[in-house]
Amino acid sequence: MIVKEYPRLGEKIYRHRLSNGLEVVVASKPRHARSYAFFATRYGGMDLRFQLDGRWLDTPAGIAHYLEHKMFDTKEGNVLQEFAKNGAYDNAFTSNAITAYHVECTEHFYENLRLLLSFVSVPYFTDESVEKEQGIIAQEIRMTEDDPDWRVYADLMESLYEDSPVRVPVAGTVESIRQITPQTLYDCHKAFYTPSNMILVCVGNLDPEQVVRTAEEILPKESGPVIARDYGQEKSLLPVRQESRRTMEVAMPMFLAGYKCALEESGDAHLRQSIIGDLACDVLFGDSSPLYTRLYAEGAINGSLGGNFDLLPGAAYLYVGGDAKDPRYVFDAITAQARRLGQEGIDGSFYEQIRRASYGQMIRSLNSFENIAVSMTEGYFRRFDYYHFPEVFASVSKADVEAFLRENVTEERAALSIIDPAQ
Amino acid sequence: MTRQLLTDNVYLTYVPSEKFKTSFLSAQMVMPLASRTAGLNALLVNVLSRGTARCPDMDALGRELDMLYGARLDPAVRRKGENQIFGFVASCIDDKYLSGSEKLLEPLTELMGEMLCSPALQDGRLNPAYVESEQANLIDLIRSDVNDKRAYAARRLREEMFAGEPFGVNRLGAAGDVEAITPEQLDRHYRAILPQVRLELFYCGSASAERAAAAYRRALAGLPRSGGLDAAVTSRRAAPAQPRLVTEELDVTQGKLCIGYRTDSPDEHASIVANAMFGGSSNSKLFLNVRERLSLCYYAGSSYDREKGALMVSSGIEFANYDRAMAEIAAQLAAIQRGDWEDWEFTGAKSYLLNNFRSMEDFASSLESYLLFQAVSGSKETLGELMEAVEAVTPERVMEAARAIRPDTIYFLKGKETQE
Repeated sequence: MIVKEYPRLGEKIYRHRLSNGLEVVVASKPRHARSYAFFATRYGGMDLRFQLDGRWLDTPAGIAHYLEHKMFDTKEGNVLQEFAKNGAYDNAFTSNAITAYHVECTEHFYENLRLLLSFVSVPYFTDESVEKEQGIIAQEIRMTEDDPDWRVYADLMESLYEDSPVRVPVAGTVESIRQITPQTLYDCHKAFYTPSNMILVCVGNLDPEQVVRTAEEILPKESGPVIARDYGQEKSLLPVRQESRRTMEVAMPMFLAGYKCALEESGDAHLRQSIIGDLACDVLFGDSSPLYTRLYAEGAINGSLGGNFDLLPGAAYLYVGGDAKDPRYVFDAITAQARRLGQEGIDGSFYEQIRRASYGQMIRSLNSFENIAVSMTEGYFRRFDYYHFPEVFASVSKADVEAFLRENVTEERAALSIIDPAQ
Repeated sequence: MTRQLLTDNVYLTYVPSEKFKTSFLSAQMVMPLASRTAGLNALLVNVLSRGTARCPDMDALGRELDMLYGARLDPAVRRKGENQIFGFVASCIDDKYLSGSEKLLEPLTELMGEMLCSPALQDGRLNPAYVESEQANLIDLIRSDVNDKRAYAARRLREEMFAGEPFGVNRLGAAGDVEAITPEQLDRHYRAILPQVRLELFYCGSASAERAAAAYRRALAGLPRSGGLDAAVTSRRAAPAQPRLVTEELDVTQGKLCIGYRTDSPDEHASIVANAMFGGSSNSKLFLNVRERLSLCYYAGSSYDREKGALMVSSGIEFANYDRAMAEIAAQLAAIQRGDWEDWEFTGAKSYLLNNFRSMEDFASSLESYLLFQAVSGSKETLGELMEAVEAVTPERVMEAARAIRPDTIYFLKGKETQE
């Protein structure tokens, strides 16, 4: 067991790699009442094409999310009830690159951990239960299709990417999920829910040795192989189309703009790029940026304007959006400001202000067990130590942020997605 | 935890804690919720947060907060029972994560005090440009809940069911009322309420009680006081003999079915458990039956307002499943009234509630809203006492409380004719 203290953060981490290949991380939070376990696989909405037992498989869009739903079924019934008896709160999510199951409780932690590890590692599907789930997930998909925030994002991804599976919605479509059978679910579980492709992160006032013992006891002794995946051939950093528009029942127009960015796949370079991307967002359109305050004072935007920098396998993009009476005007203003900052440079005292705020935000995020678990997981899958962020942060200069804006946040790299109100 | 009277009608709730990376602060005004003042109060805190005499615009304010390592200071407007709670919540990282000897608590409290007592003025009045721009934003915000059909349906049910009661007043006011406010009127309102309004202050973090109290005293030195305004006591009404049905059509693909119930049961703790078993927890009867067993909907849940004696069910369904969903929701309530449940449902609901109550200590913002709401409703019950009382609820008390739950209004949002 490796124990590491991070005095600048007031945090302590225990790490151990089981003989079956599973990474176990315990983040110590000795004063908290809650305990949290997060069990994640490097498998998400983007992993549609992969190699299993020597052959390439193409799986239907939405299968990772569907599998997540079906894992809660066990031979004995539904595992939710088992957690409910312990007063525990459990849930799961599927993102582009990760599927994670988590449980939170103030009592019976090790019992809940046992339950979590066993239901995620033992698949149980029947024709009947798979078919029944179609109704529930079809409803979930319909509901998101009514959600303009989701729509504006889905349209943007289709505009930005040509071949990357990031353009496919994580939940799939009502049509694509109809192709899912128990066999495809078993195949995907076998391929991705294997210890060497997973991580367990526990946060709370816990005994790390007992966490490790529990995992060793419940999980398989051997791991399957690490499998090959195909994320497509996204050849160009230019978008497929530069604008999309549709009409929905919304109160005022809303938009999302995206800029395709070059990316660093792994290591400290990846963490560093994500910090630079976040700083670029704050400098360009953060709440206290000159552009934001000007547009807000003009009435061109309201408090909803915001965005972020996203780094996914084989795809990175900076996005910004919100409500705006004239989305095109706001988009042009953002792109023009990025060009200006990239060419003329960022004001030195403003940069220092943003640096402080951004560092404070990173410290603040350590209040959240969920953030800690997700950051540890991304760090493990992308080979960096998230708690190194103070050192990596210190290595970023104003010139790095300017170069990032100059190279990535340009008219050519951009696509604009707009939702207009129905009349 | 301590609560003290800081000055006339101003209270400070202090919670010491070493477990957070941040300090959490809050300054809230409390007034009875009324349609005449709801929009004025909501607009007021948004206008005040646009600038102070010292930091008169968003650039200056943003710079001040950024230099305090990304401190936050935001307006908040909430409803508790039939009271409106409006003011500012703030947070900053704990001093120990700074490399130097800098202190963040005092300057942040100072800024919050300025926001309340010395706003940015023009010709001696609240800046009319800020009033107009916040007015437009607030109207957009009130109207934008149509973007989230789940929230929209819940709001529409509340409006219909509690029409004529303060409980039915939107916490942000009505869009039309906000539209009619003039800068002069808002300025008069601000000057009229500031000396009288009850103020609830809150601190949670690693600073001592003395340091927190001193910071607030200094920050509020300029607050005029001539006492008077207090919180309202929430009223209850009986459900009608026959529930009322309200149907609305919008261009949506999924239907929303919301049902409002009233209860006159004085046994609030048993009602809390009954609600958790019915629809208020992740393994409630509504979830396990209407969603999981029958696949009738994507979500189905309920919430219980202890003060008002109101229980609200919310679900998303296919339009064609309306009758089946209605029947199944009624059948699940009837099951609780009869005591038709497995033992784990009862013990599980209690563990769920106790886990939630214990977890509150891990979130400064949850502690703030819980303690603030306690202060406003005048309840002296501590979190520990609440947990004991819930623990002591028996199955018989749950059945009896459930039998007092009666439907009042049904709201159904469906698609337009052309939809399936």
